[in-house]
Amino acid sequence: MEKIYERVSFTSKTSPTGYCPGCGHGTAHKLFARALEHFNLRDKTVLVYPVGCGGLAMPWINVNVIGAAHGRAGAIATAIKRANPENFVISYQGDGDLAAIGTAETIHAANRGESITVIFINNANFGMTGGQMAPTTMLGQTATTAQSGRSLEEHGAPLRMAEMIATLDAPKYVARFALHDAKNILKAQQGIMKAVELQVKGEGYSFVELISMCPTNWKKSPAECANYIDETVLKAFPLGVFKDVK
Amino acid sequence: MSKEFIKGNEAIAEAAVRAGCRFFAGYPITPQNEVPEYLSARLPEVGGHFIQGESEIASVFMVFGVAATGIRSMTSSSGPGFALKSEGISFLAGGQIPAVLVNVSRGGPAIGTIEPAQQDYFSAVHAPAPGGFRCFVIAPQNVQEAADFVYEAFDIADKYRTPVYVLADGMIGNMMEVVELPKMRDLAELPSNDSWRFNKYNDDGSARILSTYMPMGELMQKKNKEMAAMYEAWEKNEQRWEEYMVDDAEYIVTAYGSSARIAKSAVKELRAEGVKVGLIRAITLFPFPKDAFAKLDYAKVKKMFCAEMSIPGQYIYDVQNAVLGQSQIIPIQTSGGVILETDMVVAAVKENL
Ligand SMILES: Cc1ncc(C[n+]2csc(CCOP(=O)(O)OP(=O)(O)O)c2C)c(N)n1
Repeated sequence: MEKIYERVSFTSKTSPTGYCPGCGHGTAHKLFARALEHFNLRDKTVLVYPVGCGGLAMPWINVNVIGAAHGRAGAIATAIKRANPENFVISYQGDGDLAAIGTAETIHAANRGESITVIFINNANFGMTGGQMAPTTMLGQTATTAQSGRSLEEHGAPLRMAEMIATLDAPKYVARFALHDAKNILKAQQGIMKAVELQVKGEGYSFVELISMCPTNWKKSPAECANYIDETVLKAFPLGVFKDVK
Repeated sequence: MSKEFIKGNEAIAEAAVRAGCRFFAGYPITPQNEVPEYLSARLPEVGGHFIQGESEIASVFMVFGVAATGIRSMTSSSGPGFALKSEGISFLAGGQIPAVLVNVSRGGPAIGTIEPAQQDYFSAVHAPAPGGFRCFVIAPQNVQEAADFVYEAFDIADKYRTPVYVLADGMIGNMMEVVELPKMRDLAELPSNDSWRFNKYNDDGSARILSTYMPMGELMQKKNKEMAAMYEAWEKNEQRWEEYMVDDAEYIVTAYGSSARIAKSAVKELRAEGVKVGLIRAITLFPFPKDAFAKLDYAKVKKMFCAEMSIPGQYIYDVQNAVLGQSQIIPIQTSGGVILETDMVVAAVKENL
């Protein structure tokens, strides 16, 4: 019989990823781990983890990891890559981490065109701390610090990081995908492959945003979350490739 | 007055509102999340404002700006967040702006753990930021005191025009207890801030400049001396502590905050077994209650014990500095989120009788 699917060779056989059922982080991890395997990068990889649910997969991913302070992954990844160009550097961050407390580091690493791959999990809330409003929370979506829902007047509109970063000169590849169904997951896999290849070839900065669900804090079943993404989240965060410099 | 069964973080938040706090800015961090969550809904009900900053730095500077206009303001966080707030705390102190800071502390250093610890003692008491200043620091031991001290902190802050730092921990923040909440203050009764708030012109029409920049060393030194004089006044007038069965004690346990509450149970157990032991609980951490230790009869005290949830110890340095070598001081310490236990204190004392 032909084997058509296999777990990523280097990931742990004993540790789970540690994520809630339906969470996008687990899928995202599988996708970038697959890309590392495909390009045979595991032994060169340095993974910069955020503060947030992102880092929960530390024991599972089984590549060398450095845990950043909340929001500072962009700075840490920049400097590691500069001083250790032989390393393959991924900065993996949530939306509180990358788009709230770490906005400055995010934008400046992108603007300098650092040769790093940024994977950005947009789950429209602060997951780890229990569902507070994030810069990416939908208008009208409730959060523990916006109990009657996010309002345009009070909180501003959801922050579109991919579009912002695509306006900068230096980034080479900037795209947004979603992880709520098989079709979108396959597209996301292709995008991540592309972003990874770019760093392998030494061509510069890439940014892949992944729309993810957070059933625990959205207080919805995974199926309801997938509908919510289709009906609401993708209206605020259209999918697409915003920059692809050949 | 009515009693409520309420979680520490929510008691802190409600007490702030009742003290007249009308502005809060903060950023999520465990184990204090219920403070901003509660205030996000509660402050608008009383005409106040809540802002979730994009970081702790933004949040503390929101408080800096609003508190400088004379509106009672508060921020809260835990260790990693206080690392970022330090710049703003320095500006509050340098700008002589009253504000209340609540640290629901956890294990460290760095991200550490989300469990209760007392590892932010140095940071709160001795060095909230570079620049050589102090905050008035007060440490509750239970939910009732957390509410009472936060309430009072606004008055202390106004009286001295200083940041007041309430050093709690994750145990106090997350425990539910029966609490008598303080009464709702009428904003009209609060002391006038017209003499100092920067968004008011002077009576002669001249502008007010609130800047912490000093063009000359002499001017900075003058201000430093004024601040030092204020700290001396605190040491003279504001030291606060609790003594429990100290009068005839041959052994003294000292602790603050949650550790003191645990240590008190140990003292009770030991007393029941006939051990002459007492407790000194520091309530203000700055000013440190040196007088409590100065007035001890060291001819009678055989040994002292210092309990805290921090390894290496931090509180113990201030105790040593107050005891001045007149007694041996035996540390009893847990750290990183491991909670001190009554049995540990009992055992440590018994081993040293
Ligand atoms: C300086 C600092 N502030 C706050 C926190 C608390 N904190 C831990 S995780 C987190 C947010 C995580 O949200 P996000 O980045 O969106 O990632 P998610 O968990 O949703 O994947 C926060 C605020 C911290 N650890 N350090």
